[in-house]
Amino acid sequence: MAVALALVLLATPTLAVRPDEMLANPALEARARELSQGLRCLVCRNENIDDSDAGLARDLRLLVRERLVAGDSDEAAMAFIVDRYGEYVLLSPTLSGSNLLLWLAGPLMLLGGGVIAWVTVRQRAGQPEVAPLSAEDQARLAEMGRDGV
Amino acid sequence: MIVELGHFALIVAFVVAILQTVVPMYGASRRDGALMALAGPASVAQFLLIALSFGALTYAFVVSDFSLKLVVENSHTAKPMLYKVAGVWGNHEGSLLLWVLCLSLFGACVHWFGDNLPKTLKARVLSVQASIGVAFLAFMLWTSNPFLRLASPPMNGNDLNPLLQDPGLAFHPPFLYLGYVGLSMAFSFAIAALIEGRVDAAWGRWVRPWTLAAWVFLTIGIAMGSCWAYYELGWGGFWFWDPVENASFMPWLIATALIHSAIVVEKRESLKAWTVLLAILAFGFSLVGTFIVRSGVLTSVHAFATDPQRGMFILAILAVFIGGAMALFAVRAGALEAKGVFAAVSRESALVLNNLLLTVAAFVVFIGTIWPLVAEIVWGRALSVGAPFFDAAFTPFMVVLALVLPIGSAMPWKRAELGRVVRPFRAAFALSVALMLLVYALQTGRSALGPVGVGLSAWVVIGAGMDVWMRTGRGAIGGRFGRLMRLPRADWGRAVAHAGLGITMFGIASMTAWVTEDIRVVKDGETYALGPYEVTLVGVGEVEGPNYTALRADLQVKRDGVEVARLYPEKRDYPVAGMGTTEAAIRQGVADDLYLVIGDPQEGGGWAVRSYIKPFANWLWGGVLIMSLGGFLSLSDRRYRVAAAAARRGVGVPAE
Repeated sequence: MAVALALVLLATPTLAVRPDEMLANPALEARARELSQGLRCLVCRNENIDDSDAGLARDLRLLVRERLVAGDSDEAAMAFIVDRYGEYVLLSPTLSGSNLLLWLAGPLMLLGGGVIAWVTVRQRAGQPEVAPLSAEDQARLAEMGRDGV
Repeated sequence: MIVELGHFALIVAFVVAILQTVVPMYGASRRDGALMALAGPASVAQFLLIALSFGALTYAFVVSDFSLKLVVENSHTAKPMLYKVAGVWGNHEGSLLLWVLCLSLFGACVHWFGDNLPKTLKARVLSVQASIGVAFLAFMLWTSNPFLRLASPPMNGNDLNPLLQDPGLAFHPPFLYLGYVGLSMAFSFAIAALIEGRVDAAWGRWVRPWTLAAWVFLTIGIAMGSCWAYYELGWGGFWFWDPVENASFMPWLIATALIHSAIVVEKRESLKAWTVLLAILAFGFSLVGTFIVRSGVLTSVHAFATDPQRGMFILAILAVFIGGAMALFAVRAGALEAKGVFAAVSRESALVLNNLLLTVAAFVVFIGTIWPLVAEIVWGRALSVGAPFFDAAFTPFMVVLALVLPIGSAMPWKRAELGRVVRPFRAAFALSVALMLLVYALQTGRSALGPVGVGLSAWVVIGAGMDVWMRTGRGAIGGRFGRLMRLPRADWGRAVAHAGLGITMFGIASMTAWVTEDIRVVKDGETYALGPYEVTLVGVGEVEGPNYTALRADLQVKRDGVEVARLYPEKRDYPVAGMGTTEAAIRQGVADDLYLVIGDPQEGGGWAVRSYIKPFANWLWGGVLIMSLGGFLSLSDRRYRVAAAAARRGVGVPAE
């Protein structure tokens, strides 16, 4: 259900990118598609403008294409849009300020966990091969012996 | 009357659950056999009562009892019977009832199959299991009661969301919940073990198969949701890294780690504290998922409950259970001493690495999922974390995991010599690299994802094959084949599950890297080229469904002048629900899926048509199925059946 309900909101009965908005130049169009996949549709939930059917997403798609046709580089076109709509439109958070924490969380955790695991495993490897039996286990063993098992 | 009976049964189940929480726990601390023995019958009673309640709600949906608020909101008389039944769990309240039904079922299973468990452990497990039930039954009865009546019933209902009216989705929630809630079993065992201060091989022998069963259900449930997204959403996406998808993926990753670390507990009596922690985390992430889906905190718009009161209630449940479990863990984990020692290079260490990668990967998903919330609260930054982040931050962990998997699963227990383990894999590695280079040469100017995916999946699949082959020992080929057939099912299960993972990786990589897309306006009778195919729009007509009307396109697909498929994509409109859906038409194949979607009529004539060739799409679902098949194989291993049979004879299970 979880997955389903999430996607209910993503789902659109009509098509996202429409034939009439595509650029004639295939290289530019490919770049526009690429950029669109990194931009969030502002009125949808976690959906990029390339897949969204919302009117605002279409406006953004047209804006991206307009900038590319005007000769903007990918970075300039993205900067243009972020200037106007805020960093909320970026599906991939920038590598700046507090976001560094987000990007580095995985590698740092792997490093930390790796060190802990390594130290623990090394320590354990140094322990005697066979742990001595506990008093309880010895008693059980003695009992088994009596039963002739 | 039947509905009231169901409501009443739910309240009685709540009372039974309270008794089951308190009495056996007290009995276990006093070593009072009679009080402990109450747990078993109580768990069965709780299950039967909730089943009765669930049956009553299902009945109300089947007969379209529109005096029930829930039925009005989620059903309609014209809806096909399958979806009337599926409508029971297609909403917040009903799905919660399914949730507690699964929970009580697992509790009853502890009683039915748990004769060989130590008495105090069994009583404590059932008590913890019932305490989860108490929390969720209270949540239902006070904030999300499915049995509320309406003073003036309407003539008909509002229909179920049309996107949910789909066979794939009808069965998606039961599987997902059996998985989610199945992890509660590992949690209850972990808490009981912490209270007892004892984790041994018998504990691992119990926890592992049940976690494995939950994992299999969760795997199938997630795959069903993903498969549904693929054919229903109209452009063939299969994973969106949406918070709610992540909610099911995080427990899956932790559960995967857990089934691996439980092996070490069972076979080697090591990694006990860590395994207990994973068991707590796995269920913790299940609860986090429940919170994400039902609170609406992480999402401004949501189809499920967005009631803040409900969100607070689940947050309280989460805080009590996970906070309590962590506190207990902090105090008691020291009591769980390890017995088996192992060297830095050994199977145990390989499984530690597996656990490290899977757990960190799960935390990466977790941080990405909650980051927008954190950034907003702490720094006042409104930002988004979407697919590009997860693709970049999560994928490397899976790449490393795939790289070490074949070597790791060939390691012997206790102590290994890396050189000797790696030696037989040299040919397999060379072959995988060769395949990677071949693919790289064949595809020009495309992303590196394709070749890397092919190389890695070949490595994992060949490694899985070598895993079983190397277990047959030395000698003549014939004898080795004979031994191959007689290998324990657990060995086969492991190899099959790992091969399934490799195949899934191949499907994901090829589908992402090599998709062909075409968007255009097509007029009636017009033909266009799509890769090696020619597609002709024969015509578009209207069709009438049971509770919808649809535009249906008739598309003929030819290859080299020969018709290979006739596809009928639809655009449906559900008037009662006031929504539409796209029904893509898909010709499924081994090498590729042909995926056609019909869109809006265009000004100046013609139709918007989207066409895709999705290479090796079926390998993705096939791989996941093979993975779960591996789980089943492992579950059916003779050793567990022997354990069950021994339990029936009243003999304890010997710890290996």
